[in-house]
Amino acid sequence: MQIPYTVTTRPDTGLHNAKLGIWLFLASEVMLFGSLFSAYILLRVAAVEWPHGSQLLNVPLAFINTVILIASSVTMVLSWASLKMKDFAKYRRYMGLTILCGFGFLIIKAFEYGAKFSHGIFPAEDLFYATYFTLTGLHGLHVIGGIIVNAYFWGPGSRLWNTEPERFTNRVEVAGLYWHFVDLVWIFLFPTLYLL
Amino acid sequence: MQHVAAATPAAAGAHHEEHAGFWRTYVFSLDHKVIGIQYMMTALLFLFLGFTLMMLMRWQIAYPTRGIPGEWFALLPAVIGLAAVAVGAYSKRRLTLLVGLLFGGIAWLVWWMVSDETLFPEGIMLPELYNSFGAMHGTIMIFLGVVPLAVGGFGNYVVPLQVGAPDMAFPKLNMMSYWSYFAGGVVMLTSFFVPGGAANSGWTSYPPLADIATTGQTVWLFGMVFLITSSLLGSVNFIVTIVQLRAKGLTFMRLPFFVWAQFVTSFLLLLAFPPLEGAAILQLMDRLAGTSFFLPSGLVISGQVLDVAGGGSPLLWQHLFWFLAHPEVYVLILPAMGIVAEIIANNTRKPLWGYRSLVYASIFLGFMSFIVWAHHMFMTGMGTVISTFFQTTTMIISIPSVIILSALIISLWGGSIRYTVPMLFAIAFLPMFGIGGLTGLPLGLAPTDIHLHDTYYVIGHFHYVVAPGTIFALFAGIYYWYPKVTGRMMSEALGKVHFWGSLICMNGIFFPMLIQGLAGVSRRLYDGGTQYAHAQNVLQWNEVMSISAWALALFQIPFILNFFWSMKKGKQVESDNPWGATTLEWQTPTPPPHGNFTSIPEVYRGPYEYSAPDAAKDYTPQNVP
Amino acid sequence: MEHASQDEIRRHVRTYILVFVALLGLTVVTVAVSYLHLSIVPAVIVALFIASVKGGLVASYFMHLISEKKLVYVTLVLTVVFFIALISLPLLGYHDTID
Repeated sequence: MQIPYTVTTRPDTGLHNAKLGIWLFLASEVMLFGSLFSAYILLRVAAVEWPHGSQLLNVPLAFINTVILIASSVTMVLSWASLKMKDFAKYRRYMGLTILCGFGFLIIKAFEYGAKFSHGIFPAEDLFYATYFTLTGLHGLHVIGGIIVNAYFWGPGSRLWNTEPERFTNRVEVAGLYWHFVDLVWIFLFPTLYLL
Repeated sequence: MQHVAAATPAAAGAHHEEHAGFWRTYVFSLDHKVIGIQYMMTALLFLFLGFTLMMLMRWQIAYPTRGIPGEWFALLPAVIGLAAVAVGAYSKRRLTLLVGLLFGGIAWLVWWMVSDETLFPEGIMLPELYNSFGAMHGTIMIFLGVVPLAVGGFGNYVVPLQVGAPDMAFPKLNMMSYWSYFAGGVVMLTSFFVPGGAANSGWTSYPPLADIATTGQTVWLFGMVFLITSSLLGSVNFIVTIVQLRAKGLTFMRLPFFVWAQFVTSFLLLLAFPPLEGAAILQLMDRLAGTSFFLPSGLVISGQVLDVAGGGSPLLWQHLFWFLAHPEVYVLILPAMGIVAEIIANNTRKPLWGYRSLVYASIFLGFMSFIVWAHHMFMTGMGTVISTFFQTTTMIISIPSVIILSALIISLWGGSIRYTVPMLFAIAFLPMFGIGGLTGLPLGLAPTDIHLHDTYYVIGHFHYVVAPGTIFALFAGIYYWYPKVTGRMMSEALGKVHFWGSLICMNGIFFPMLIQGLAGVSRRLYDGGTQYAHAQNVLQWNEVMSISAWALALFQIPFILNFFWSMKKGKQVESDNPWGATTLEWQTPTPPPHGNFTSIPEVYRGPYEYSAPDAAKDYTPQNVP
Repeated sequence: MEHASQDEIRRHVRTYILVFVALLGLTVVTVAVSYLHLSIVPAVIVALFIASVKGGLVASYFMHLISEKKLVYVTLVLTVVFFIALISLPLLGYHDTID
């Protein structure tokens, strides 16, 4: 029993199943992060005072992190393009870079968190730090999830390339969509938390 | 070897994977039909548990100063459990045995709780325990009972069949959805056993109370994360299945209305649940990390100022919670409307009236449901602009509801009505949902809501919609699709007893609530209002309602007996399509094998070609050229 | 995207690199603007505008939204509408109270 349109696209919708599936999932993620942004806006507007992000957070470090994440988005889409051009070795290089960038992001984040904790600053400190830790923490969890998925497709999952290259390419594309979304969220998080 | 007869859900997945073994076939199956049945059985059990909690509460409300006769409340599940265990052991049926043990478990739980002097000093329920039961009754019924049955159970089993697909688009994701739901259920149940008991701040979990409540609230929040995950995975699966896996010739406007209802429902679940997940994360941060997302500055608890940063907003929780919880009520009703529509078309032997209106009204309803939520918050100090906005959208949303109800009622006109048991439930749904909907109008208008908010009127309103509304539709669906799943009919006689008893008792429970609410009796009072002067004139209704509730429980016995007995002893169907239905799920073997259709289906007609003028029979299935 | 030829993919790769450079540039701009210490309203507008352009580039080119199918657009438009409702209506509620 085969489920249709797992690899080929359905003619009238032009999509294969996983592509539609991931976009639907991303829509739900927009609502998830959206609700937290909404919470942030409401709390900040109602607050008597709210510090400027740059006063309390490390902007240069976050700038580097932003560059890392954007770069990882490029390497991710290039890894998919490599598969489309049937270059498996190149795919592995770019996917490997994407994973490394992901780790890089997390390491810097861990350093940022550590710096705060060592000064005795925890989420309970005030609403600014509560929103900072919660928003970046949830984002960080999503980065970890993405790294795990990408690592699977770099490693054991890549065996599918040998038997069903088109299906594997689709999977990498779908994983890429998720990874770009994680980058997209950070593109909004960075100015909101650090620059305003 | 799989030697099971067609009567059990096992056969659904068994034919293809003969070597698959017990666990792969029944427990970790990827077949949507097995998963649907897993959802259904789990949900029915939770419905019974949620109902049991309420029956205990109803003693407290009716007789607040009298000790509870715990034995009697444990008796019903004990008897059912014992019977099932005996039958299961004697005839070596594992499912029956398991169900028996679970009912026995419920009986034991009730007995243990009621015998505990710290929870029931001198047999009288502690107010804190009453609050727990109330919060968990709501949570269990909505998130562990009705939605998993309506969407996870019926949706999973029927939708792939009705669109002509071999399975859901993502079978592994489907299985994960079920186990995520199961995990959430287990977590919710364990919350009863943590120090301080289960969540006790209402199913609505409003802070600041929920922020400082006992440990059970934290467990509730984690349980919700599992349940929301299950829901999200499921909704993605449904939407992709309906869009991508429709059979050739099955255009959107040829879909059975049940599929449209599930389609809109899935969008509601997909986009409305995440904000509640966000809110749950924030509340967990407040409870576990000491943040103040929902705690205002200077909050005083038991005479002491709370030592937190402050600056938070309890209203923030309400906005995020109701952003989900309002679409959630349409999640509760839409699948039910879908089921009723299918059964009405089939039992009037004519097409539904206003199919297009039904479809467009459902889509419009789904869209509007996202922008009405603050009608649950009229009493939070809203100004006139925002209040007017939400009153307006709420009045507008009643229009598609009325269109749908009207179309279903008009569909009866001129029909050759067969008063089968599913049809009895489906017909009763109509006026009951009508009462539920109409009683919602004064709640949706702020001036009247001032008087009725947080009273028993609200409880009466929403129970009319969910109990003799949705649950009747779900009963109808069980009686209707039972022959397809098992190859046997349920007993009509027992079904009629179940129907009439449930109809009368449900009205006995929920109508007086409207009266009490109009008199001003608040909800969530553990003594049913005895302490309030304005409640004195309507207190006598408490006993009426409680007796109706216990009678309702007794009237479920014929249903439970019927359900299990008919699996092996029910009248066998003479064809794969005993109701003479047009939709695709009836054009399969009984029960459908792994992969559903013996040949790839192609659709040539709309979903309700009953009594077509030139046709040979009074129905023409969709896949007949 | 499905049956794109090798040449098309190579052209896409060129686009990806261009978008990458644009994103880097815009990131520098947004940080630089923050040093201007604008008052809160213009600061928010500028920051959100730049972020939207960056986000739009990622979505359109890396996520191939620019050539995506109608169904995906419909889902996303719906999502954006509800997202706006979720952000704006509670804010309205904050500003519009009975006292």
